[in-house]
Amino acid sequence: MNLVPLFVAVPLAAAFIIPLLGIWWKKSGEVLAPVCTAILAIMAIVQTGAPASVHHMGGWAPPVGIAMVSDGLSTLLLIAINIVAFVSIIFSLKYMRVYTGLTKYYALFMLMVAGMNGVVLSGDLFNIYVFLEIASIASYALVAFGVDAEELEAGFKYLILGSVASVMLLFAIGTVYAVTGSLNMADVAREISVRFGTTMNPALLLAGAMFLMGFGLKAALVPFHAWLPDAHPSAPAPISAMLSGVVIKSLGIYAICRVFFHVFGVASGAGGSIIFANAMIAFAVLSIVLGGLLAIGQWDYKRLLAYSSIGQVGYIMLGIGVGARVLATGGQLSVAALAILGGLFHLINHAAFKSLLFLSSGAVQHATGTRDMKQLGGLRESMPITSWTINLGTLSIAGVPPFSGFWSKLIIIIATIKAGHYAIAAVAMAFAFVTLAYYVKVQREVVFGSVTKLVEKAREVPALMYVPLIILAIVCVGFGLLYPVFGARILEPARDALMNGTEYIQLVLG
Amino acid sequence: MKGMTLIVKTITDFVAGFIVIFGAYIVLYGHLTPGGGFAGGVIVACAFILLMLAHGSDVAFSKLPEKVAHVMDSAGALAFLGIGWFGMTMGFFFMNSFGRGEMFKLFSSGMILPLNIAVAFKVGSSLFLVFSALAIFRRRSFRAMIEDELA
Repeated sequence: MNLVPLFVAVPLAAAFIIPLLGIWWKKSGEVLAPVCTAILAIMAIVQTGAPASVHHMGGWAPPVGIAMVSDGLSTLLLIAINIVAFVSIIFSLKYMRVYTGLTKYYALFMLMVAGMNGVVLSGDLFNIYVFLEIASIASYALVAFGVDAEELEAGFKYLILGSVASVMLLFAIGTVYAVTGSLNMADVAREISVRFGTTMNPALLLAGAMFLMGFGLKAALVPFHAWLPDAHPSAPAPISAMLSGVVIKSLGIYAICRVFFHVFGVASGAGGSIIFANAMIAFAVLSIVLGGLLAIGQWDYKRLLAYSSIGQVGYIMLGIGVGARVLATGGQLSVAALAILGGLFHLINHAAFKSLLFLSSGAVQHATGTRDMKQLGGLRESMPITSWTINLGTLSIAGVPPFSGFWSKLIIIIATIKAGHYAIAAVAMAFAFVTLAYYVKVQREVVFGSVTKLVEKAREVPALMYVPLIILAIVCVGFGLLYPVFGARILEPARDALMNGTEYIQLVLG
Repeated sequence: MKGMTLIVKTITDFVAGFIVIFGAYIVLYGHLTPGGGFAGGVIVACAFILLMLAHGSDVAFSKLPEKVAHVMDSAGALAFLGIGWFGMTMGFFFMNSFGRGEMFKLFSSGMILPLNIAVAFKVGSSLFLVFSALAIFRRRSFRAMIEDELA
């Protein structure tokens, strides 16, 4: 039996059982949510070995029925989402005790997980939109969960901008439906390639621009990033970890990859694909530059991490965009494969170390009561475990060998040079050093340096909070050193799935 | 006197029951005639919202306590999901496993009728809860909230 729908059904069931039991049993969330996310994480790990599969909802075959498609790319995202969700839930158990309404928190959290799993498994454009809305609306509420003025403002800003993106996406989906008469992604892709070939249809170009803008806003690429530096620091730390670690990737990067590579046929050089690839690269470079520059000046620990997310998403997008451009211009397949692999590798690396850094910022805030880096310093003695995980996380994200961030950025830069974009490669390399600069600042201001008044009273956080940090730190080191172990299992199937558009059509339509 | 005028209250008392019955009809015949769970659920919720507008929230909550609405809210969604899970026994999620029945009969169309009922509970109670949440803030003006914040 195909278990793919359970990735959506299990968290969705938990999201409704938790508030139902929560009326009588206050701890329902704290018991059910970890169990449920643990099951999901195990299911995601088991799913890695499975071949690509399609599940027909209600037994109706596509393009008439709704299909759930699990291929290499979906599996990669499923692993990132469900493991980060599990770790964040474990961290929440102690961290969230200071808040009220915890059953609502866990219910919204599970709803967000259900939405993201739905986005990465859906084989249908409109269902991507529906699941994206489920995940987004849950995250709007979670960002404002603290209900202070600042958090409500951030949540409201995120809500408005997210709604603008949703309208764009709905308009784009409507346009695609008007042109092709189908919503199933494989069917749309086949229709586009049969009817238009390598010529460019202006309506599809408009739809592509809308998709890039809508998903780009969810991914916080630079002209559309304004909500992120408010939303990510204001949310509770486990939610920040989820937002920066996986939400921007599953709702943004993944959706861009799926729509442009598989539906619009960028991989097979369909009409307009060079324009889309150029736009991806342009947004990516802007994100790397602006994210990096804006992060340097921040003194709020979580705000710095949020700006850093913009820059790192730029790197992911650069790898994907360069790969798309090489494929669209008919360049060497090996270069495109290298670029896309780099982008996807950086995607899972970033999921690991950014959620680690956000959780550790939560631990620091829990222990000292502040996230202003001017008031922090010298945590290495009072909070040794948190300090070590912060060190490992910053070294990984700053790209210090042999940690994971180094390898993925190296692959992206090598692929960019091989593709002939020397200036862009130089920018990417220069801003890798800028990343190092602001993470050295984090280390100096938080971990090392003189002990401040607030830090004197700080004690190491409880085990339920530092064990998730240790798990993620081990994952960061593992991703750096053990590529032969996991590369062929999760990364290369994702790369192959992304590069081969016709295989996807055959898989779904048979 | 709490709520609206006597005329409005009297008329509301007359029509509220009929609105609920009409909503239930829309839900139950959703697979045969235009309508369905969402539309019917909204109509049923409208009856309780009308009570809340005419008599104030106390009377509305005495007819449909908040806790009951919360239970129906989650239970409706769970019932929908449960029917979907039941389809897994036939091999596919949401497989129509109940048998189709006879055309134009109330008990036909397999699992569409139970799904409509589940949606009606979910939508109706959610809409009522959303409205009651808005009603909490009705009397407190925005200025008063800002002044409280500053004080």
